[in-house]
Amino acid sequence: MSEEFKVEIVNPEKSFLVKDDVSEVVVPAFEGEMGILKDHISIISFLKPGIIKILSQSGDENYYVEDGIVEFKNNNLSILTSTIFNLADMDKSKQQDLLKQAEEEANKTDINDQSKYLADQKVEVLKTLN
Amino acid sequence: MASLDDLKKRIASVKSTQKITKAMKMVAAAKLRRAQESAEKGRPYSEKMNNVILNLSNGISDKENAPKLLSGTGQEKTHLCVVMTSDRGLCGGFNSNIIKKAKGYFAKILDEGKELKIITVGSKGNDQLKRVYGDKIIENISFKESKNANYFDADKVGKMVIEKFEAGEFDVCTIFYNQFKNVITQIPQAQQIIPLNNEGEENSSEESYEFEPDEDEILSNLLPKNISTQIFKAMLENSASEQGSRMSAMDNATRNAGEMVDKLTIEYNRSRQAAITKELIEIISGAESL
Repeated sequence: MSEEFKVEIVNPEKSFLVKDDVSEVVVPAFEGEMGILKDHISIISFLKPGIIKILSQSGDENYYVEDGIVEFKNNNLSILTSTIFNLADMDKSKQQDLLKQAEEEANKTDINDQSKYLADQKVEVLKTLN
Repeated sequence: MASLDDLKKRIASVKSTQKITKAMKMVAAAKLRRAQESAEKGRPYSEKMNNVILNLSNGISDKENAPKLLSGTGQEKTHLCVVMTSDRGLCGGFNSNIIKKAKGYFAKILDEGKELKIITVGSKGNDQLKRVYGDKIIENISFKESKNANYFDADKVGKMVIEKFEAGEFDVCTIFYNQFKNVITQIPQAQQIIPLNNEGEENSSEESYEFEPDEDEILSNLLPKNISTQIFKAMLENSASEQGSRMSAMDNATRNAGEMVDKLTIEYNRSRQAAITKELIEIISGAESL
């Protein structure tokens, strides 16, 4: 039996990515990174800013996300997100732009703890990319 | 009867109007295809979102303490209506249909003695509503600068709605938009987004989920996103409807202009003929009298 399952990433504008030969996906879930293999129990969780790693037969892919929801059911992984970038398509200047935005957000004083935490996360993740 | 010169001028002016409406029709047709495509591409997201929320709300154990966005504030005193229209005119009954639907709803709410607040999205709706319901409009948003409906704009509206909800400014929120069925049919819709109306929808899967973190926390994170998603969906449907409506309106206008040109041309020819005949009669009768 193959150890592959299907992953689908959708953003509000379109279906971003559909792949059905995936062996493992690592998502930055809110309470820590989570690796999902075939026959994982049905789960719903949400994401914090981080990197989604997709390991598959046809090559590995990395995506940067800022938020989203993951749902895994019957060996179908759905990721709903409003901001997603393929790391392979992302050049230095784009990264810098995002980092600058995130830093500005993190330095605001009038935001609540949760958004502060998320903004800090963004900065951290983006820094590691550079 | 109008003089030959006048008729000529009118024919020329109708023809140039026809050219404009024809061009607008073509532009609308091209835009329609794009808008329709993005409306279709946007559907999976809102459908999935709905599914997840459905699964979540069924899994929630403590219905009493469910997030307010899901269960409501427990009363229905103040209604907020988000009326979504276009920023441009010349699109047939598109805007009027939404307004008509919305006005019916407003009248019902006011009759019941409830309080009404309106947010208009798109300047055309604001223009039509401010005469009668001017004092009820609390906010007017317009996305004239954005070329296509994008999620960022929808998110702005969504965040505003949620802010107002959390500040206790209203209990029930309904959005009004046109659902795109096909080029000639757009159905004005009233959709309640707060509290979320899931009645009548049965959960298809009996499977239980594992939640991380727990249901309540996910729900309270997800529901605000769902508001933006629903608004975005409405925006996409609206923009497809607007182009469709404009296309058929312009098609009609082009056809009417064509008919008018034909009629005017016949009239023009007839009066030209009459003038020639008259001249001939004058010449002949002049020659006869000699």
